[in-house]
This record gives sequence, C-alpha cells and structure tokens, in this order.
Amino acid sequence: MNIIIAGCGKVGQKLAERLNDERDHNITVVDVRSSVVHDLINQYDINGVVGSSINIDDIKEAGIKDADILIAVTGSDELNMLTCLLAKKLGNCRTIARVRKPEYVRTLDLFKEELGLAMIINPERAAARVIARILRFPSAIQIDTFAKGRIEILKFKIPENSVLHNYKVQDIVGVLKCDVLVCGVERGCETYIPGGNFVMQSGDLVSIVAPINGEDAFFKKIGFKTYGVKNAIIVGGGDTAYYLAGRLTESGISVKIIEQNSERCDELCNKFPKATIINGDGTDNRLLMEEGLGTAEAFISLTNIDEENIMLSLYAKSKSNAKIVTKINRIAYDNVINTLDLGSVIYPKNITAENIIRFVRAKKNSFGSSIETMHFILDGKAEALEFIVPKNSPIADVPIGELNLKSNLLIACINRGGKFIIPRGNDIIRTGDSVIVVTQKSGFDDISDILR
Amino acid sequence: MNYRTIRYILGWVMKMEAMCMLLPLLCALCYREYGVVGSWLWCIALCSAAGFLLSIRVPENKAMYSKDGFMAVALGWILMSIFGALPFVFTKSVPTFTDALFETVSGFTTTGASVISDLDSLPRSIIFWRSFSHWIGGMGVLVFLVALVPMTGAGNFFLIKAESPGPIVSKLVPKVKSTAKILYSIYIALTLMQLVLLLFGGMEFFDALTITFGTAGTGGFSARNSGMNDYSSYCQIVITVFMIIFGINFSVYHMIILRKIRAAFKSEEVRCYLAIIALAIIVISVNCRHIYASLSDTVRHSAFQVASIITTTGYATTDFDKWPELSKTLLLMLMFFGACAGSTGGGIKISRIIILFKSIVKEIRILAHPRSAVKIRMSGRIVEHETVRGINVFMAAYLAVFSLSVLLISLDNLDFTTNFSAVAATVNNIGPGLSKVGPMSNFNVYSIPSKLVLIADMLIGRLEIFPILVLFSHYTWKK
Repeated sequence: MNIIIAGCGKVGQKLAERLNDERDHNITVVDVRSSVVHDLINQYDINGVVGSSINIDDIKEAGIKDADILIAVTGSDELNMLTCLLAKKLGNCRTIARVRKPEYVRTLDLFKEELGLAMIINPERAAARVIARILRFPSAIQIDTFAKGRIEILKFKIPENSVLHNYKVQDIVGVLKCDVLVCGVERGCETYIPGGNFVMQSGDLVSIVAPINGEDAFFKKIGFKTYGVKNAIIVGGGDTAYYLAGRLTESGISVKIIEQNSERCDELCNKFPKATIINGDGTDNRLLMEEGLGTAEAFISLTNIDEENIMLSLYAKSKSNAKIVTKINRIAYDNVINTLDLGSVIYPKNITAENIIRFVRAKKNSFGSSIETMHFILDGKAEALEFIVPKNSPIADVPIGELNLKSNLLIACINRGGKFIIPRGNDIIRTGDSVIVVTQKSGFDDISDILR
Repeated sequence: MNYRTIRYILGWVMKMEAMCMLLPLLCALCYREYGVVGSWLWCIALCSAAGFLLSIRVPENKAMYSKDGFMAVALGWILMSIFGALPFVFTKSVPTFTDALFETVSGFTTTGASVISDLDSLPRSIIFWRSFSHWIGGMGVLVFLVALVPMTGAGNFFLIKAESPGPIVSKLVPKVKSTAKILYSIYIALTLMQLVLLLFGGMEFFDALTITFGTAGTGGFSARNSGMNDYSSYCQIVITVFMIIFGINFSVYHMIILRKIRAAFKSEEVRCYLAIIALAIIVISVNCRHIYASLSDTVRHSAFQVASIITTTGYATTDFDKWPELSKTLLLMLMFFGACAGSTGGGIKISRIIILFKSIVKEIRILAHPRSAVKIRMSGRIVEHETVRGINVFMAAYLAVFSLSVLLISLDNLDFTTNFSAVAATVNNIGPGLSKVGPMSNFNVYSIPSKLVLIADMLIGRLEIFPILVLFSHYTWKK
C-alpha cells in the first residue's frame, strides 16, 4: 500500500519504523525539517519529501494521487485536519489525523464526516484509557483487551517467593485448575512464547490470556490483589492527566493532581470539582509525602519530562506500596527502562502507532480484513491479533493439533458467540469464531497467515 | 564497521560476476573459440568459489551505515576489477597483469581507454567481455544486486548512494529494491532499442551487440581495429542519438513513463545538457567546415564527437586530434562537463557545473548587495546548503586528485597535452585523450606505474572520488 506520513515527530518516526517492518508498504514521509527526513530515509527503506504537507506541490510530490492512506501526525492539530482535507481533495485516500486538544474532542465527532476522516487518533486520551484500565486491576503491568473488552491479555511480574516460581506452564491448568493461558514470558532481554513444559521463575514478566472475569480466580490463587485502586496521585496536569482524571472520577476513584502552573490548576479545578488539585512542584519530596504518598494506592507520573517521571516513580516506589504508572514520551532505551522498577510504563507514541497500524492492516486486506484488534505485547516483540474466521478458511473445521502452524505462534483464545475457549490440540475453529493469535512474526493480515 | 555484511555483499558481487562471465563463455562456444573455453571456465570457477566462500555465512546483523556502504562499493569495485582481469591474463590477450587490470577497470568504469592495439587478433569472447563490462559498470553492480538479491534493510540505500553518480541521489519510489528494478528495466529497454535499430541498419550482430553495450554504459570500447569507420552513417547517427539518451538522468525516463512529461522537460539539468550539446555541435561544425566534403558530413562528425565526449563514451568517427585548436579545446572542456547526474555517463556532471556556476552568480550578487538573501535554485527548487557544500568539496578533491595524477604520470616524460588529456580522459571515464593518447592511438605509451595511477583515476572518477578516499582513510579504520 502507498502510505504518506505527514510529520516526522515521535509518532511519525515510530510509524515509519513499524510500517517499514511490514515490508509491503511504500512509505513516503513529509516534514519541513530536512535533517529529520534525511535521517529517516537513511534509516528505513522509505522515501521522503522536505516540505509542508499543506503545500499542494509538496504533497503532490509525495504522491498523494496514488496514496492509499495518509496519516497526519504533525505537531499541530489544525495542520493535521487541514492536511487530511487537502489529501481528500487531491487524491482518493483514507485519512488519519492526530488531534489532541481536549476542546476539539467533542467538536470533531461533528466534523469527522465533513473532513472525510477515516480515523482520529488522540494519543493522550488513548494513554489515559490504558492507564485507567490498569488502575482497575493494579496487579497487572499491562492490559490489552480483545473481543470488545471481554478478553484480556494481562502482563504481570512474578514476585519473589511466589507460588509460580519454578512452576510449569501446563500445571496452571492441571494443578491450579485455572482456565488461563500463558501466551508469553519475558526474561531479561529474551522473550518466549512458551510451551507446556516451560518453567517460570520469579522475576519473569508473564502475559496471560483470560476472559474478563476468569483471571480473578487465578490471581487469587497465586495471591495477588484483584480489586481496583480507590485513590490515585497524578503528578503533572497535562492533557493525559485531564483525560485520566475524567475517567477516574467517573468511576469513583478519588484523584489528586499535582501541577506547577497555577492557571492550569484553575482550569483543572473548574473541570473536575471532585478532584483535589494541588498547586506545587511534584518533584518536591516533602510535598509528595505531605499529600499522602505513603498511603496512596496509585501513583502516576505524567509530567512532560521523561527523566523526571522515571525519578518520581522510583522515589514513589521506595516510599509506598502504591501501584506505579510511568509515562514515557521520548526516550527509547526500552532495555534500560525495563531493568528499572517503574511499574507499568506507558508509551503514548506506541499506543498511537499500534492503533494506526491496526487500521492500516485492516485496510490492506481488500475483502475488508478479518483483523478485529491488534496489540503489541511482550515489550513490542510480539503481536496479539484478533481475527474473525471467514467462510472457507483453510483453518476452519480442522483440529488445531493438525494445523501446520508457523513457529513462535500461539492460538491463544477462541471466542464462539460469547463463549470463550482456551484452545487445546483437539479443539476445532469454526467459521465466524473470533480467534486471538499471538505471534512473533509481523505483518499478518488474515487468519490463514498463521499457517506455514 | 559491519565487516560481516560487507563480506557478504562482496560475496554476492563475485557471484554476480561469475554469472556475467557465462555470457562470454556462451559467446566463445558460439564462435567456436574452443581454445579459450577452458580459460573462461577457470575464471567462472574462481569467481564463484570466491563468491561462495565470502557469502557462505549470512550475517545476523545486516545493519549498514554510510561508512559500510562506501566500503562495500569501493571494495566491491576493486575486487570485481581484479577478478575481471583474469580472462585477459588466462587467454594471454595482454602481456602483463597491469595491462589486463587497466583494460578491465577501463571496462567497468565505462572509460574505454585501451592498451590493446590489435583488436582483430583477439578472441571474440574477450572483445565481448570488454564491452559487456561497460554495460555492467554503467548502471552499477550494486544497484543490480539490490534489485535482485534479497538483502533486506534500509542500508541498501547507502550502496546505491555510494555507487550512483551525481550530487543528489534520490529514490524514484519509496523502496530501494523497486528503484533499482526500475532503473535496470529502463536500462535494458533502451539497450534493446538501440540493438534493434543498429541491426536494422545492417550492422553485424556481434558488432551491434558490443557497440550497444559500449554506448549504453557510455564506455567506448570498439569491436574492431577500424573503430567506427566501417559503419554506415545511419548507424553512426543511431549511436550519436543513443549516446545522448544514455547521458540523460534516468529519473527523467521514469517521469515520462509515469506520463509526467511536463515535469520531465522542466529538468534544468537536462535542458542545459541538451543546450550545451547543440551549441557545441554548431560551433564545431562552423570551425571544421573546411575539413569535410559536405555539410552533412561535418555536422554528423561534430555531433558524434560532441555526444561521445560529453557523455564520456569515447567513440570516434574521425581523428579529432587533427581538428582546429578551438574545436579541440572545446572538446577538452566538454570532457570535464560530463553527462547528467543519475545517467551512465561520467565526468563532473552537468548538475554540479550548473550549481557551481550559480554559486558564482550568488557570490557576485552578495558582493553587490551584502545584505541580500540569495538561494541557489535548481529546476525551481532550492538547493540545500549541504548539497552546495558537498559539490564545493567534490571540486576541491577532484582538482587535488587531478593535479597529483598529472604530476605522477609526467615522470614518463611525455608532452603536457598527452598527460593532461590522459588524466582528463581517465578521471572523467571518457577514454581517448589528445595527442599521443588520441582517438587513433592507445595508452600503451605509458609505463606500468603510470598505468596504475590511471587505473586508480578511473575508479576514483567512476565512484566520484569519496568511496575510494573513505576506503583509504584512517578515520574509517580507527576503532
């Protein structure tokens, strides 16, 4: 597919990287900064145009006439919307705009049709949604939902002295009698899609698939908390905090936001009368203790400086038992960050890229792809995809054990009309089922891609 | 530096060369030259053995950076030239290995300078190999590799960047692989077109094929001693036109295929290139009007020579060394101009000349109005400062290499015109120079050390200086 990415900021670069990995896209990036464009051309197998995406000549040079998808992710919301409008006028492509200002959120629902937008992506709101989900189940580090929220993939860390230390994967079903499936294990820099004989150790990051209420029993048996947090401290009152506070106050969690800028504090105060807004410096230890860090159930660092967020989270970890959530915008040292105990790390740029790539994959399949949902799991090293099984699919009506599957691939869950099956070798996939597949290969766009 | 990837790429270069040698082998079989079949088989065996040894282990980390691209290209060309010289040695076509290397490098770099005086006594397969090396070198081996070999990774762009001529190398389409494929498709299509037109003019198949290879790569090796004189004026006109065509930036053809004809004609470089050719033909025709019998002969000869020199091909239908001084000097100037960027031709390249000229104009404007903001534009687009800087440095390096070479070969004690034009003809990948290395003589007048200098000049000229300099720089090798 021909894809144009307008704007090469953090998200634009991440998208270029991810889409380039899919191999069969012709990608052209457009940005006014020539050094960024040249860096990207040298780094990935893509083309670039130095210019503005709302300049007719530049966008034509980028090939808007033959483009299938245009993704506008420049720093400015207005520019993104205008770019999409222009793209619609000049070519016949699907357009995706990143729009992040809270005041546009509701307005845009009115405009979406007129602007011809296929998708609007709001990284802050998406990040807030992910954080809110984690706070409802703080034992997990990462939660991704499938089947319209009824199936989840949860990632958690096996603590010291846990029952699961030296525990075989197959014993979860056999001995613990829990209907959950381990779909991935991260140990240090290695990631595994484990078989039944895989032995877990403390310190491993384990991802499991389970129907939405199925995991409670499992977590109770291994001695984890299964209830959501009641209160949360948020440091940094930016847009993510804005969306998050909205979600949390709605579900009755008491929220405390610490923000430096007093005007912003007033704004937040007007918007969320139930929340406590503190005008102060979040990096001030004394202030944090005074505001009850010691007894907080959740601590979320959402300032605009990644390093500050990391330090805040590490400090909070040392002073309390709160669930820690750290937002990281910019830094790319995933391996180093993973060695730190930062709780759940949220990368808004990855969430955005994930959403857009899911859209692109779905559009690639001309029959209207069967991809329903896609998440990057296991620290971005694997994908979890949800497919609807179409008619006459080669995998339908054959026992799973007899399918010649690709390596490093797992059929994690079958959803048959609301009934969830954790598949074993002699289970059969039927037409119309939705199936969750975990794979370390990239670029699947149809369920039949799981076959060799 | 990623030595493993470089080694792997070099392996593929050797395998590719082995495959290319299958054609002259076929040629030897067709023309019943059974005496040299053994030599060809040996060459192919050696190349494939080297190729398989180098590429037997696929590197895990295929990441490539700018430096690796330069290294792979420079080493690839040197290795390819050394192995490409083997057929000349094995068939005893030339007396020494240096001569064989000179002939091969001259072939791959599309120079066309020769040390062989009697072509007609050589096996046809050797003549074929000489000309075919022009065709391979014209568009580039690594471009070919990128098009065909599954070497994924964005690093491939560095290979194309290092191998393709011109100040700005850009992709025609987002994927490097598709870009390389498009370039080669255009190249092959144009080659076939010329072959058919020459055959249509009644040229013998073998001659038509070798001359086409020589024209397509803008090389200039002849198929026989008599050079171009045996061919009809129709064939000479066809060759003239195709020399000019192969000297145009291939992205223009891509635009024409995409039916962006207006954009194609907007290319300032191509316009300028065609204007220079037209102007030079007119001046030389007027200047040489008393030498030839008819006006049509005069125009035909001057057009052929102008096209041959500016595209750095190096064919000659007449001994231009006997022309009046104005015409000779004009030809010498055209040697430096060279063809368009992104074509198969050599030389400094028209786009660089245009930008240099515009820099002069810009400087004058700034001197007149010190506070004025002036930008250099090319085809209506602003040329980035980095590009202008690159061109200035290129010119400095070019002059340094040029003067050093003239100095070194002057040890042979030949006259200045010969030395100067010999270096000009090799650095710019043209072939014949003036005086003792004129179109009707050859480079055997030089001693072996001078030949080695000229070999280096040809490689430096074809790869546009920096890959070779990077290869020998201690910054590259320092850990």
